[in-house]
Amino acid sequence: MSASHGRPKKGSLPPGGTAHSAKGAQTSATFLLDGQPVPFDEGQTILEAARAAGHYIPHLCWHPDFPPHGSCKLCIVKVAGRHVSSCAMPAKDGWEVESNTPEMNGERRALLQMLFVEGNHFCPSCEKSGNCQLQALAYDLEMTTPRFNHFFPDRPVDATHPDVLLDFNRCIFCELCVRASRDQDGKGVFALTNRGIHKHLVVNAESGCLGDTDFSKDDAAAHICPVGVILEKRVGFAVPIGQRKYDARPIRVVAMEEDKP
Amino acid sequence: MSEAVPRKLKVATVSLAGCFGCHMSFLDIDEYLFELLDKIEFDRSPLTDLKHCGPCDIGLVEGGVCNAENVHVLREFRRQCKTLIALGACAINGGLPAQRNHLDIGHCLQAVYLSRPGLAGGHVPDDPELPLPLDKVHPIHEVVRVDYFLPGCPPTGEAIWRFLSDLIAGRTPRLDYPMLHFD
Ligand code: SF4
Ligand code: SF4
Ligand code: FES
Repeated sequence: MSASHGRPKKGSLPPGGTAHSAKGAQTSATFLLDGQPVPFDEGQTILEAARAAGHYIPHLCWHPDFPPHGSCKLCIVKVAGRHVSSCAMPAKDGWEVESNTPEMNGERRALLQMLFVEGNHFCPSCEKSGNCQLQALAYDLEMTTPRFNHFFPDRPVDATHPDVLLDFNRCIFCELCVRASRDQDGKGVFALTNRGIHKHLVVNAESGCLGDTDFSKDDAAAHICPVGVILEKRVGFAVPIGQRKYDARPIRVVAMEEDKP
Repeated sequence: MSEAVPRKLKVATVSLAGCFGCHMSFLDIDEYLFELLDKIEFDRSPLTDLKHCGPCDIGLVEGGVCNAENVHVLREFRRQCKTLIALGACAINGGLPAQRNHLDIGHCLQAVYLSRPGLAGGHVPDDPELPLPLDKVHPIHEVVRVDYFLPGCPPTGEAIWRFLSDLIAGRTPRLDYPMLHFD
């Protein structure tokens, strides 16, 4: 679990794409991802190495700019019969890793279904629809039903900030906003509180309202939410259906293209 | 069996707590309706105005379950239809009607029929003919077993056509990536 420490800081900013990755040069360490050889540097996680070699592994709480968080489990892969979070697990030479298999994708689908029923995801009225990573993964993994019973939780929105709306109904507790606000913006506007089913996102102000913080729509945290919680006001639904990020192409294709320099 | 033309499949459709948008989208398959009608005939449906559902091969259910009558109709569909399909967002996750789920139904009715500004002498409708609303709107899979789910708000005519033609031809229905959407 201490995978975040001592991890070479690469992965995210690869001006030369896979240039660094082991084409015979420094290291010959390799694992097999669904039968395909993936070279890696010591300390690199399975997900990072896979990605650098052009293979997509689904993820929600992982982001190239931050240490792994290991909460969503969408990135689970099977190694030697065990499930591991590929975003947090350092690769090992000779491993055989299963990722894009019916079994792993079935488990990912079940995780998505739990995320959907735990919140209120009414996509037709969500400004993030078409650009949302949760929804895009559901499409790519062909999740046609939420399968479980819905919780229909009561989560009032926070519209107190002049430029940004918070719709907590869609929060998946990935803590990306928490991390971005704390580590990149130096503000610490967000936090998760409570545990288990009572876990929820809170705003760091006495009133609990975003309008009473120094949050700005130019903060990194304002643009990092993978789903439709942190939304800039007055810009929603600007892109027509059909032209949104994941309308025509699945997230596994879009994500790998975004990695290209 | 000895006949050249196979028996037509019986199809029933209904809109529960929906807006008829999915039915409109169904009609949007345009000229494919002719092709479809070579292979199926409608049983209970807003298109036939039949009030009860006989034994059917395929049941298409639009809308979630918001009142007692919806529950009865849905159970009738499940009893009578070999294959039951949740058609569209509301049948699958409650959709727009389920946006009332975090409110108290009593308060909702009072707000609409008693305390709404400009309303004089209102009362909450209590005609025994009216089906009682449920405290929450439910997706249909929370009430009966559902065989297939066709998402979309509404699903496009193209998606509905693909889905039905797969099913009628005996294939497991599967949508191409751009046809699967939740909005
Ligand atoms: S956050 Fe994503 S999955 Fe949730 S309602 Fe919005 S588009 Fe749908
Ligand atoms: S608001 Fe968005 S970024 Fe923050 S924890 Fe929730 S889902 Fe993650
Ligand atoms: S991406 Fe690995 S646990 Fe979320």
